[in-house]
Amino acid sequence: MSVGAVEATKAQPVKKRHEPAVKAIRRSFSSPIASFLVILLSVVWTIPTFGLLVTSFRPEGDVASTGWWTVFTDPDLTLSNYQTVLFEATFGGGTTGLMPYVINSLAITIPGTIFPLVVASMAAYALAWVRFKGSDVLFFLIFALQVVPLQLALIPLLQLYSSGKIGGVQLFPESLQLTGSYWPVWLSHTMFAMPLAIFLLHNFISQLPREVMEAATVDGADHFRVFRTIVLPLAAPALASFAIFQFLWVWNDLLVGLTFAGGSQDVAPLTARLLQLSGSFGSRWHLLTAGAFVSIVVPLIVFFSLQRYFVRGLLAGSVKG
Amino acid sequence: MRLAFPSPRRRRLALLAPAVAAVLVVSACGSGDDDSGEAAEKPTLTGNCAKYQEYAGYSGKTVTLYTSILDPEATSLQKSWAEFSECTGITIQYDGANDFEAQLPVRVQGGTAPDIALIPQPGLLKRMVQTGKAVEAPAKTKENVEKYWNEAWKNYATVDGKFYGAPMQSNFKSLVWYSPKAFAQAGYKVPTTWDEMMQLSDQIANSGQKPWCGGIGSGTATGWPATDWLEEIVLGKYGGEVYDKWVNHEIKFSDPEIQDALNILKNWYGNPKYVNGGFGDVKTIATTTFQDAGKPILEGKCWMLQQASFYGAQWPQGTKVGPDGDVFAFKLPAVDPSVKTPVLAAGEFVVAFSDRPEVQMVQNYLSTPEWHTSRIKVASGWTSANSGADKNAYTTEVDKLSAQFLTDPEATIRFDASDMMPAAVGAGAEWKEMTAMFGEGKSPADVGKAIDAAWPN
Amino acid sequence: MSGSTVLLADGTLSDFGTKFWEVLQALAIFLGVLALIFFAAGRAVGRISRPLTITVFLGPAILLIMIGLIVPAIRTIYLSTKNSDSTKGVGFDNYTWAFTNGDIQRVLINTLLWIVIAPVVTTVLGLAVALMVDRLKGQAIYKSLIFMPMAISFVGASIIWKFVYEARDPSQPQIGLLSQVAIALGWSHPPNWLLSIPLNTFLLMVIMVWTQTGFAMVVLAAAIRGIPADIVEAARVDGARGRKLLFKVTIPMIRSTLVVVLTTIMIMTLKIFDIVRTMTNGNFKTDVLANKMYSQSFVEFNNGRGSALAVILFLAVLPLVGYNIVQLRRERAIR
Repeated sequence: MSVGAVEATKAQPVKKRHEPAVKAIRRSFSSPIASFLVILLSVVWTIPTFGLLVTSFRPEGDVASTGWWTVFTDPDLTLSNYQTVLFEATFGGGTTGLMPYVINSLAITIPGTIFPLVVASMAAYALAWVRFKGSDVLFFLIFALQVVPLQLALIPLLQLYSSGKIGGVQLFPESLQLTGSYWPVWLSHTMFAMPLAIFLLHNFISQLPREVMEAATVDGADHFRVFRTIVLPLAAPALASFAIFQFLWVWNDLLVGLTFAGGSQDVAPLTARLLQLSGSFGSRWHLLTAGAFVSIVVPLIVFFSLQRYFVRGLLAGSVKG
Repeated sequence: MRLAFPSPRRRRLALLAPAVAAVLVVSACGSGDDDSGEAAEKPTLTGNCAKYQEYAGYSGKTVTLYTSILDPEATSLQKSWAEFSECTGITIQYDGANDFEAQLPVRVQGGTAPDIALIPQPGLLKRMVQTGKAVEAPAKTKENVEKYWNEAWKNYATVDGKFYGAPMQSNFKSLVWYSPKAFAQAGYKVPTTWDEMMQLSDQIANSGQKPWCGGIGSGTATGWPATDWLEEIVLGKYGGEVYDKWVNHEIKFSDPEIQDALNILKNWYGNPKYVNGGFGDVKTIATTTFQDAGKPILEGKCWMLQQASFYGAQWPQGTKVGPDGDVFAFKLPAVDPSVKTPVLAAGEFVVAFSDRPEVQMVQNYLSTPEWHTSRIKVASGWTSANSGADKNAYTTEVDKLSAQFLTDPEATIRFDASDMMPAAVGAGAEWKEMTAMFGEGKSPADVGKAIDAAWPN
Repeated sequence: MSGSTVLLADGTLSDFGTKFWEVLQALAIFLGVLALIFFAAGRAVGRISRPLTITVFLGPAILLIMIGLIVPAIRTIYLSTKNSDSTKGVGFDNYTWAFTNGDIQRVLINTLLWIVIAPVVTTVLGLAVALMVDRLKGQAIYKSLIFMPMAISFVGASIIWKFVYEARDPSQPQIGLLSQVAIALGWSHPPNWLLSIPLNTFLLMVIMVWTQTGFAMVVLAAAIRGIPADIVEAARVDGARGRKLLFKVTIPMIRSTLVVVLTTIMIMTLKIFDIVRTMTNGNFKTDVLANKMYSQSFVEFNNGRGSALAVILFLAVLPLVGYNIVQLRRERAIR
């Protein structure tokens, strides 16, 4: 396809041109001091998390009475925290452990990332390349909506999902009964992600080379085709970066999950379950240390395996040569 | 063995363009739960299950129960009704939440209320009733409450003349924990009046030690033990009537009686000579968690801790709790001896948001002396004000002592005031201001003014 | 109890299976419906083609935004003029309360401190690291370590920092790292960190900075890479080195990215209440607007006041958003 060829040739010179610039900047910052500072910073940055890791292996009594650093002089480690966290019974009896909640979190997070990604990229494309009257104003309005805190939507949305009505308008029949499935939490996450998602993706998509876009339209492709065949592939780095941010955000989310899916083992996410682990009056917070680590594992895996996409960046420069 | 409770799956339809019928996937995987409309054919329960006969006929149904009680107490609760569930076939689906007080109203208003909620504040109970979604307690429950509980308890769950829920657990708050061994060694006697208690405190302080330890830290609920201290003083000095007026805001926090009480508190738990044994200065009260507060007693760094009966669960495993043990508790004396046995109590009420028959069965069961006794037998640290519950079933002396006071017909029983005041005060301003009083040294006058200002319009 | 058999019980596997299937179904429905609409709409010709295209692309997003954000926002503005249980109208009383109440004034000041200091520190730190880290071998590791806190939930972060800020009496063994370090450095009576006003607010900001710097670093690093070589070369030919290069060339070139990062973090800062809520619950004069709003609405059930605070929150962010919009507009004009 002619468009594909254009795309391929565009990619290469761009990369070549930028390398010397990066090298130039590198050179001016190249000093042992800089290296030392970065290493020091990374270490300092990681110490608190390391402290948590160590603490999660300490028995309850120790956690409350001595600092985690004493482990190096006076080791006394145990797996009991993890044991309790992973295997303790919960939610209506029966031995269930933590796996159902990990599964729930995955089940919530994956669509919770894909839905916003698709809907937002469509909207971003339209606002960037389908020029229509008021598209600018609309974009800024959407951007401004980032300010709305999601707490305000909790009750109206709950009512919507159980009765089908919001703001007096019956959107779908009450018999649809979304409550109890994953749909309330999927939809809610998608809604709340919209402003930032559209903004970030729009920033990237609007900076795709005009020539490529125009070449495609000359070829007779309609917007749907252009979107599918050109925009999505070219925007892949931005999509990937946003997907990672969104994944982390939804995985770690507590409030939305608790409100829209907190009710039962069927749908409750890991974060909601972990909060309960802390026990009545929060008396068992030593368990939270192990719990926190368990919940960190999945995001870390996602992050470390996909981190090269960050380098390509989300806001790939606001300046083009 | 995994309890088989039906999954609340519902129909799921595509949201967009219903006209696109070709792509619709309708997964109607209902496992036929409450919609099966069975004829109530009551099976006869035999053997061990015979005693649950009156609850039979609803096998296979699920009742959702929402509460702020988490483990380890949650497991004990579930064990206490395990037999009931097995025999009647009614599954009680337990859902414990940390943020219960905030989440319940959201759920109720949002249309996803649980079948039953264990509500620990009469104030919150009233709110839930006002939403119109709470249902009156069934007749049998009401009967039991009238028969087995002191009238005060029924009143706390009554709104506009209608009764909504039987008390579940009842905590006795007017206790002082101490170490009998330490007392014996030092030759101290357990005080029986307030003056004696203050004299003892002075005695200990003069010997170079701190007599009292305390902590009001409790995450987002930080400050609540301090409100208990204040309530004990108000009830113990001014009696039930003044207390009730205070709860209704007829007597304000800046009025002389409450200001006096705050000052007494300042000279007790706010007294730098008396606190904070084993932790540091007065300010540490604000950051020490209430769970950790009593530990110095075991280390000999502190002598007394004012805390409720449920504190029993906080002592480390292996601690002997008893009149000759490592720790025990004596009744907090009334500030004014003329006030008759002031008893400050708290607890939960079993409130329903559905009038389905199986829900009513559960409510009825939970109001019987049999269930209360069953729970007592499961684990210690849980007390009941149900006079029919078997007191001999209590395994610890503290629990027995608490139960005695809770069911005493002559006592001046009052529910925790901060649980009855509007949430803006009882779960908001009062906690914050009392925390500020200890942590920032705010004056009683300022505290009183601030709390009054928070009373909702 | 044998833990491993519980973990891998067939209950778990079938549970996984059902839910996996559910997710697949949902994705299939969603993408299927979308594909169908794309196909159908793509076939349209004539005058209806453009409006249809716009509707298809923008429709879902707009619908979701209306339901999830706009309607609740309007409802909030409406509720802010009513009393605590929304039964009576009270005009602007709630706003008057907000601005004249000493407590809330403190909250507003704190919030202002947060949105001024935390984003600036985060961005500057992120920029510094982005600049320094380029040079190094194995930079992926350092970048990852600095980004890692973003992968940790706020609950996790609070627990982590609890073990840093927890202060005990100096005569006792410490469990908080900061106190231990202070004592080791010779400070015999380090304060109770979270009780020290106003230090505690800044210590809480540290947690925010710790979490968000990775984001700033990553975005700015990418922007730096986007600077065209010719401009840099030209500057070097002119004799620009080190600091001069930084201020005269690098920063102006990534200016709009800097602005976007700064304002995004500012907006995040305004909305996040978890840190304050879990560390101090807003006590000891650390409270911020987002937490207070939550407390008022969901803990104290005062919808009127909570909503008023939310509206004040909106208004506080609008200038930031406005500034960002102006920047974006300006940049668009260039392109």
